[in-house]
Amino acid sequence: MSEALVSVEDLSISYASEAGDVQALRHANLEARKGEVIGIVGESGCGKSTLASAFINLVAPNAKVTSGAIRFQGKDILKLLESQKRQIRGRHIAMIFQDPMMAFNPVLPLGEQLIDFQEHRHDVPRSEKRARATAMLERVGIPDPAYNLGRFVHELSGGMRQRVAIAAALLMTPEILVADEPTTALDVTMEAQIIHLLRELRSDHDGAIIVITHHLGLIGELCDRVYVMYAGEVVEEGRTEDIYHNPRHPYTKALIDCDPAHLDEPVAFLPTIPGRLPDLVALPSGCSFADRCPIVQERCRTTSPRMIETGPQHRARCHEALR
Amino acid sequence: MLNYAIKRIALALLIIIVVMLAMYAMVFLLPGDPATLALGPRATPALKQELQIRMGLDQPVYVQIWNFFRNAVTGDLGYDVWSKRPVAEMILEVFPKTLFLGVVAIGGALVFGVALGCLAVVWRNTWIDRLLAILSVSMISIPSFVIAIYLLLIFAVWLGWLPAIGAGEAGDPWSQLRAVILPAFAIGITWVGYIARLVRAAMLEVMSANHIRTARAFGLPEHKVITRYALRLAIIPTISILAVGFGSILSSAVFVETVFSRPGIGTLITAAVQKRNFPVVMGTVLFMTAFYLLVVTSADLLMARLDPRVRDVFRG
Ligand SMILES: Nc1ncnc2c1ncn2[C@@H]1O[C@H](COP(=O)(O)OP(=O)(O)OP(=O)(O)O)[C@@H](O)[C@H]1O
Ligand SMILES: [Mg+2]
Repeated sequence: MSEALVSVEDLSISYASEAGDVQALRHANLEARKGEVIGIVGESGCGKSTLASAFINLVAPNAKVTSGAIRFQGKDILKLLESQKRQIRGRHIAMIFQDPMMAFNPVLPLGEQLIDFQEHRHDVPRSEKRARATAMLERVGIPDPAYNLGRFVHELSGGMRQRVAIAAALLMTPEILVADEPTTALDVTMEAQIIHLLRELRSDHDGAIIVITHHLGLIGELCDRVYVMYAGEVVEEGRTEDIYHNPRHPYTKALIDCDPAHLDEPVAFLPTIPGRLPDLVALPSGCSFADRCPIVQERCRTTSPRMIETGPQHRARCHEALR
Repeated sequence: MLNYAIKRIALALLIIIVVMLAMYAMVFLLPGDPATLALGPRATPALKQELQIRMGLDQPVYVQIWNFFRNAVTGDLGYDVWSKRPVAEMILEVFPKTLFLGVVAIGGALVFGVALGCLAVVWRNTWIDRLLAILSVSMISIPSFVIAIYLLLIFAVWLGWLPAIGAGEAGDPWSQLRAVILPAFAIGITWVGYIARLVRAAMLEVMSANHIRTARAFGLPEHKVITRYALRLAIIPTISILAVGFGSILSSAVFVETVFSRPGIGTLITAAVQKRNFPVVMGTVLFMTAFYLLVVTSADLLMARLDPRVRDVFRG
């Protein structure tokens, strides 16, 4: 097993809000190795985008890192100077943002932005940057790239926008590619095409790809390993097949049971996990999943469970994980 | 884009026609005929008839309207009833002074407004921001005639720093500049507050947009993010407001020119209305309407150039 390319160590992030501090991420540990695709999965509001924003060092203005580090190339990138952080963004760690319609500037042609995004290559003339942008669009399957470089983001279809967003992230051949919900904004056919494109990428990208999604199907198609998040915590991690076939955390089990792809017969309503996420401002003591857990025990309400080794490369944050 | 431009220009022409028809209607719906009104009750019938012929009032209304439009297109706006000078010539003589006043007022408002707006953004949510907010709102809400009169009293009468009346000596830019400061200030100050609020709001909104984060996520330096990604968007609403503002500044000019006894379109039209100098009133209103529409339409077209989304709304 190769060494970690990037590792998140004990990372906690909270947002200041009127109601108090929203603890969006709590003591998260994860790592991505060279050549690996990892998935981060969890329902809406569990802190996925917060984690993604930490990877590119662009947390919201009201966010505070309360503990932990992100190690990349031997340094904690959260502690760098602003100018050093800028050196890493886009060049070493690039992001495919959720909702590409909003992620591009509406009044600049896409080509201009793709040229700007190669900011780091000071020595390279504009014409070459443009050529590179064209080549990248070609690569992600945009027809007539030279023409499309002159268009604005609102003139493209959702699938095309997502392709351009992927092309943008690939421009600087970053070691780490973070994709936040890369297919959520798309319909089913488009989604299949983008998944296909990402699979192609994974075979010739030698860095790490981090796919963030609430869609288990995407994880199954793309990822080597999975981290399951709940209420700001990593509650289970393991190889994709282990997570699928032998989930140890009740939340993971519930997620899999709710996945439409797992239904054997047509149903009137899609199954959902009963209950809601706990209030991230005032978290309950004990396990944060206790209120929704089908196998909840007395101790779950009082003591927070720790990560328990349940098999090779497989761990879960549950008192009952070994049951 | 061409399509959009043609539509905008057609709309502008339509507005001019409607305004002129409304002007005509107003003149003819007023009791008494214009010639009698102009000459007063003691005029002889012969005199009245002569004036009616001179003003073209002996012809049917639709012929008058048609003639007026036909002549206007060739630049002939008729003749002053009293001095018999061409109206177009009279307008062109004073228009540069009004235009200068308007440009100085709006230019100054733009410079100060954008500066204050940016300051408020840089120091957002601090006491500086709040102070600027109070300042801007006061500038918006104090009527400009109050400001004009106080300015006159303080700077012209008490301190004697700036001239109280006139537009400066012909051919002496320095005296012209000194003469324009007070009137420009009086009309422009409202817009300083307005533009400051607008720029602040637009900038704040743009800076929190996702695409700004994208630009940063690709390592763009902050100055490039602001100038190339944020300002370009934030300036768009400001431009359309400026065009409308320019129209309202031109109409404020009517009274500010009177207060400061400054030759210009405002004083021309006031005098013409008082003397029932019908062709001058008509010609001046037509000219100013056309000019205002020219400004607004160019601003719209400029906006469409800057914002491709607007362009598409009017396409096809
Ligand atoms: N700037 C912010 N200020 C306050 N709270 C925030 C902020 N950004 C996110 N949050 C809160 O932090 C929690 C985690 O948000 P995050 O965006 O990371 O979730 P997510 O897993 O990406 O959800 P989604 O699937 O909807 O994108 C949520 O409860 C959210 O309301
Ligand atoms: Mg998200």
